[in-house]
Amino acid sequence: MRLFKNLSQFIKPIISVLFGLGLGLLVTQIAGEDPWNVLGILVRGAFGSKYDFGMTLFYTTPLIFTGLSVAFAFHSGLFNIGAEGQLVMGALAVAAAGIHFQSLPSFVAPFLGILVAVIGGGIWGAIPGWLRARRGSHEVINTIMLNFIAAGLASWVTLYLLKNPDSQNPETAAVAPQYLIGQFSFFEGAPVSMALFLALAAVGVVWFILWKTVLGFEIRAVGQNEAAARAAGIDAAKMRMIAMAIAGALAGMVGIGEVLGNADRFRVNFSPGYGFTGIAVALLARNRPFAIIASALLFGALHKGATDLDLETENVTRDLALILQALVILSVSADGIWGWLGERSRVRNKKQWVNSSLKSEIGESQN
Amino acid sequence: MTPAIEFKKLNKSFQGVQANVDISFKVKKGSIHAIIGENGAGKSTAMKILYGTYPPDRGEIWIHGKLWGGRMKPWSSPLDAIRCGIGMVHQHFMLSAPHTALDNILLGVETSHPFFSFLPKPLRPISREHARAKLDRIADQYGLKVDWAAKVETLSVGIQQRIEILKLLYRDAEILILDEPTAVLTPQETSELFVQLKRLCQLGKTVIIITHKLKEVMSIADDVTVFRAGRVVSECNIAATSIEDLATLMVGRKVKLQAEAPPPPLTKESVLHVNGVSLSSRGGLKNLNFEVKSGEIVGISGVEGNGQAELLQILLHPRDYSAIMTGSVNILGKNTARLSTEQVKELGVGVIPDDRLRDGLLLDRPVQDNFLLGLQRRKPFSRNGILSYKQLSQEVTRAIEEYDIRPPLLEAQARGLSGGNQQKIVIAREFKYSPKFLIASQPTRGVDVGAIEFIHKRILRARQEGSGVLLISSELDEILALSDRILVMFDGKILAEFKRGEATEKALGLRMGGAPS
Repeated sequence: MRLFKNLSQFIKPIISVLFGLGLGLLVTQIAGEDPWNVLGILVRGAFGSKYDFGMTLFYTTPLIFTGLSVAFAFHSGLFNIGAEGQLVMGALAVAAAGIHFQSLPSFVAPFLGILVAVIGGGIWGAIPGWLRARRGSHEVINTIMLNFIAAGLASWVTLYLLKNPDSQNPETAAVAPQYLIGQFSFFEGAPVSMALFLALAAVGVVWFILWKTVLGFEIRAVGQNEAAARAAGIDAAKMRMIAMAIAGALAGMVGIGEVLGNADRFRVNFSPGYGFTGIAVALLARNRPFAIIASALLFGALHKGATDLDLETENVTRDLALILQALVILSVSADGIWGWLGERSRVRNKKQWVNSSLKSEIGESQN
Repeated sequence: MTPAIEFKKLNKSFQGVQANVDISFKVKKGSIHAIIGENGAGKSTAMKILYGTYPPDRGEIWIHGKLWGGRMKPWSSPLDAIRCGIGMVHQHFMLSAPHTALDNILLGVETSHPFFSFLPKPLRPISREHARAKLDRIADQYGLKVDWAAKVETLSVGIQQRIEILKLLYRDAEILILDEPTAVLTPQETSELFVQLKRLCQLGKTVIIITHKLKEVMSIADDVTVFRAGRVVSECNIAATSIEDLATLMVGRKVKLQAEAPPPPLTKESVLHVNGVSLSSRGGLKNLNFEVKSGEIVGISGVEGNGQAELLQILLHPRDYSAIMTGSVNILGKNTARLSTEQVKELGVGVIPDDRLRDGLLLDRPVQDNFLLGLQRRKPFSRNGILSYKQLSQEVTRAIEEYDIRPPLLEAQARGLSGGNQQKIVIAREFKYSPKFLIASQPTRGVDVGAIEFIHKRILRARQEGSGVLLISSELDEILALSDRILVMFDGKILAEFKRGEATEKALGLRMGGAPS
């Protein structure tokens, strides 16, 4: 029974994902493409070669971080739409540290990078957490606002304080080389760095915090029922602040892979919306840390696979990835459908019962 | 004479759980029929089937000699029930607070002048005069006076209930079902209600009351049907039975209805000292002065909404209220003005909240998480911030056994447990470290007779072991049975104090209603 329940917990989202993808591919049929061809391009684009797979993993890495960020906040009952701003602040902090402390020894430098990414994102997450906890203003509004502020602040810092003098692009100067973390040559040039392992480690750490520590228990209690948590002596305001700070820190860690593992500098608008896709990642994974790995991989693969659509098809572009994302989320969130399907089968059984009793009644009257 | 209602072998199951098994009984026309049973005994399922909320799996209900619904046309909705003359007063009233009494009664059956009949129904202006004439007639006939123009939010609970009954009479209901009608009434309002119900019966209406208060059953009902575990276990005339018999039938074993309090132990430290406390906002509390000593149960009696909730809040969350509160509170000898909730609880305070669903439980989490709530920082449940699930499951297994929590599963979701079992989780948790000061607010609300007996025993045992207990309850029987001293609270003030044995139900009821001594 128990096994069956777990199994259905596992299978239902997979069926939903496949249903959403199938529906999206049908849309391409309407647009005049062969859905199987489109599917082939998507799969090849995401997994076709070592390089392609590497790019998929490269996109997956930040999505794990932002997915964890959204999920973590969600467990405390908050909706973190601010992962985008938090990752910008994390990345900016890494770049600033890498440019400012040029002479740090190489066995310290990457760790400093990680630390400032965590602090930068953490502060940006803690602000709406504090506003919610102490002033009661809603975190959804505040995190959205802080996304804009982060973007503006990052542009200003980049152009006026840390500008790369040798470039016309809106980017900072390069960080000192001892900060950089290694890329894997296995992927033939795809910028997959140690950040991927950092992300996987973060999954384990988040799982441990949420389910094995007093802190996690209290955070989840607040998210479940604030009144009961408060009555039990848990400082709900403090827990929410901590949860948002940790959520921000997780999003901020995106900056490690980007600045230290890929571009070696901060580029304005480097994120194609990792923070927002992170919401979808967390939603699909139902905020469970280990499921976030699979969920992030799916969205990473969609993102990478869809880039080839621009070239290889006539009628659809890479934006199909967004349509597919949306349909997957819709079909996964349509949780009620399972109950409805069950209800339908019950109704059908009942109709059969009514019919059979009707028949027996007619039979009786004929006798 | 054909009975008003006849249940014939009604069966209903939910996901394999039999809620009703072969329910058969009759309700005489013009009688008051009580339906009693513990939570989950199936009485509300049967009533909901009668009311058309859902269809039965098998079986029939005959109303005034006619088959309700019929086999081919399944039960459809409460609307049909109303058309068949069946009306229900729900435990939580279905009234719109900002509307007048009259408008609440008309809601859904508004009438308008025939002149406007060319308009679509939602656009027709309401004509209240016609309805009012009919209502005045009904009110006169049944002795149910209400100020039609008064807004519902300004009316007392007793009057609101009267409006609910009038609503049904206006819709020509012949059979009235009342779900726990006295749960929110003062004793005086209760006896008034009973007079009105008797009058309804004399004039030919049939009344069904669903209740768990056996004393009321004995005083008002003509017949009684007892449900247990989804079956009807007894159907009898009230003259042929007694409270003890009914209780035994309901629970399936002998129960002690009145907890017998042994003499209090002789320890006299002050565990709670409330000194001139007033709460400025919401007119909550006015100059409260009282003390609770160890080994003593102090009962706070009163109709709900007279400051009990605020009192609980300032005791439990003193820091949040320090700005708007005057006076001082000492718990276990410590001034609480600057303490957080956690610090208050660390002093050795246990709390059974009145609304366990809101303040006591994590409904979607398993039993063991609910047991852990509030204990998570204590050894052996955690060390250095890391939880020990091994210790936890051992402790919870023990508690499940000791408190007889059902189902006995660590992983069962709290939501799926009955009220009594949910309350037992809360009590097991709060009693884990033998609190020196226990606050029990409505500790037996919505729990069944067997669990009430158990909870009362535990509270008395805590007192024997030297705890001081503050019992906040609107159940007079509970207050009278358990309290060593009784304080009556009205409008944020303490209006009277009685010692054990001095108070009568009548005197208490009068003071609860605000009568001066």
